[in-house]
Amino acid sequence: MKELTLQTLIAVFEEMFGRGLFWAMVAVAALVTVAYLYVLVRDRAMSMRKFLWAQLSMPFGAVAAVLFVQGITSSGFRDIGGPIDVIVLLGVAAMGAVGLAILVYTAQSLIRGKSAD
Amino acid sequence: MGLGAAGLAAAVAGTPARAAKVATKARIVIIGAGAAGTAIANRLVERLDGAEITLVDARKEHIYQPGLSLVAAGLKPSGYVLSQTTDWLPAGVKLVAERAAAIDPVAKTVGTEGGQTLAYDYLIVAPGLVLDYEAIEGFSLDMVGQNGIGSLYAGADYAAKTWAAAQKFTEEGGVALMSRPETEMKCAGAPLKHAFLIEDIASRTVGKGKYEIHYAAPQSSLFGVPIVAEKVRMLFGERGMTTHMQHTLKSVDPGRKLATFEKKDGDMLSLVELPYDYLHVIPPQRAPEVIRESDLSWGDKWVDQGWVECDQQTMRHLRYPEIFALGDVAGVPKGKTAASVKWQVPVVEDHLVAAIEGKEGTAVYDGYTSCPLITRVGRAMLIEFDYKNNLVPSFPGIIAPLEELWISWLMKEVALKATYNAMLRGKA
Repeated sequence: MKELTLQTLIAVFEEMFGRGLFWAMVAVAALVTVAYLYVLVRDRAMSMRKFLWAQLSMPFGAVAAVLFVQGITSSGFRDIGGPIDVIVLLGVAAMGAVGLAILVYTAQSLIRGKSAD
Repeated sequence: MGLGAAGLAAAVAGTPARAAKVATKARIVIIGAGAAGTAIANRLVERLDGAEITLVDARKEHIYQPGLSLVAAGLKPSGYVLSQTTDWLPAGVKLVAERAAAIDPVAKTVGTEGGQTLAYDYLIVAPGLVLDYEAIEGFSLDMVGQNGIGSLYAGADYAAKTWAAAQKFTEEGGVALMSRPETEMKCAGAPLKHAFLIEDIASRTVGKGKYEIHYAAPQSSLFGVPIVAEKVRMLFGERGMTTHMQHTLKSVDPGRKLATFEKKDGDMLSLVELPYDYLHVIPPQRAPEVIRESDLSWGDKWVDQGWVECDQQTMRHLRYPEIFALGDVAGVPKGKTAASVKWQVPVVEDHLVAAIEGKEGTAVYDGYTSCPLITRVGRAMLIEFDYKNNLVPSFPGIIAPLEELWISWLMKEVALKATYNAMLRGKA
């Protein structure tokens, strides 16, 4: 890459998913993040019960993210060829785990409300 | 998720202001609306105010050529590589949907097949190249897809038909014979990619021991960059792929399933027949006739191919300074890839805009090109090099150029087309 600026990166992502879908995904990600922060501020505490469910969902998020990436790229575990590949794999898994955990926590808080601990 | 959003917010805030446009009445003609012509048109529109930019190209379909290898291995449908030429053109440029038939570099005009004459102040020649299938006796394009013959270079449909022939081989086994031409060619890695992909798919389908892969090339090494050639030689060895070096494909006998090669042994030339169940044909490649007939080609280099005589560093014509060459047609070593185009375009933009302003440009093209050399479905080597055959990795210490990696495959599979499209729009 000659000049990997954020502008280039955005242009690439727009082409990858289509401009509409990409910005919709950004909006969803931002919305979930804001909702997560909102319930944290509203409740003034982490609910350990909701957090437990969120944690339990993490392995599913991790596995789903890895299988999704492998699925859309016609590849599998046998293609891991070096340390960077392991890091990428773990990164994808971590993103899936954290993403789903935040989603599960936020969804519980929004649906069940503050008191439903 | 949150991090991504924060990063984007920072990115939007940090967008640098664009330099003021240069006001000009210059007439710029671009021959070819492929990867190079489209990318430079988009960039010039951003840089110039009032210029009259005309693209000349009869082709209605735009082909994302780096995807042809994937189509020919059954990994993508033919539609994956197709779009319309007009999808990518900016407002404010004129498209003359005709073939350029004549260039007069002295009178500074381009004549089209339909009889139009376009006068120019600056000319960018980027018509691509022609595939000289006629040079291979006994072969014609209508054979592709049948009787075990493939040729993925010929376009989206032919790449899909190539897979039809190759798929039969991967299911039934036999002998696959992969060729490459003697001339300069588009993406010198593609013949290797096809060989590696078909070998990999055959190993998972019909199974080891039921097929042979033979690779025949007129050159004496497997890749132009010595360190890469050695790596590829080792991979061929590991996977039991046989090489026939200094073999040039001359004719095909589809009835008997025999391909005839001219074998060079020192000064000795002899003809060798090799049998096949699947044959992949890549024909000799040359500059389009309009280039070769208009005094733009090198007189002492590549005389049978006719690439445009231009400076290696600036892409500027050596005898006609108002002419630039871009992409496949340029007479520079290496550099017939979309990655080369991506690096050449900003250089030509710099020198052309500087010329309009009455200045000298400063940008230099060092021959950078890149080849995500696919070695399996799921793995590739991200090979980047320059004129001097130096490896110039973009991510040194992170993505090793000579290692078969999943991340390099992910880049080819997911990010490359997006990067290419962004380049077409002048944004990468």
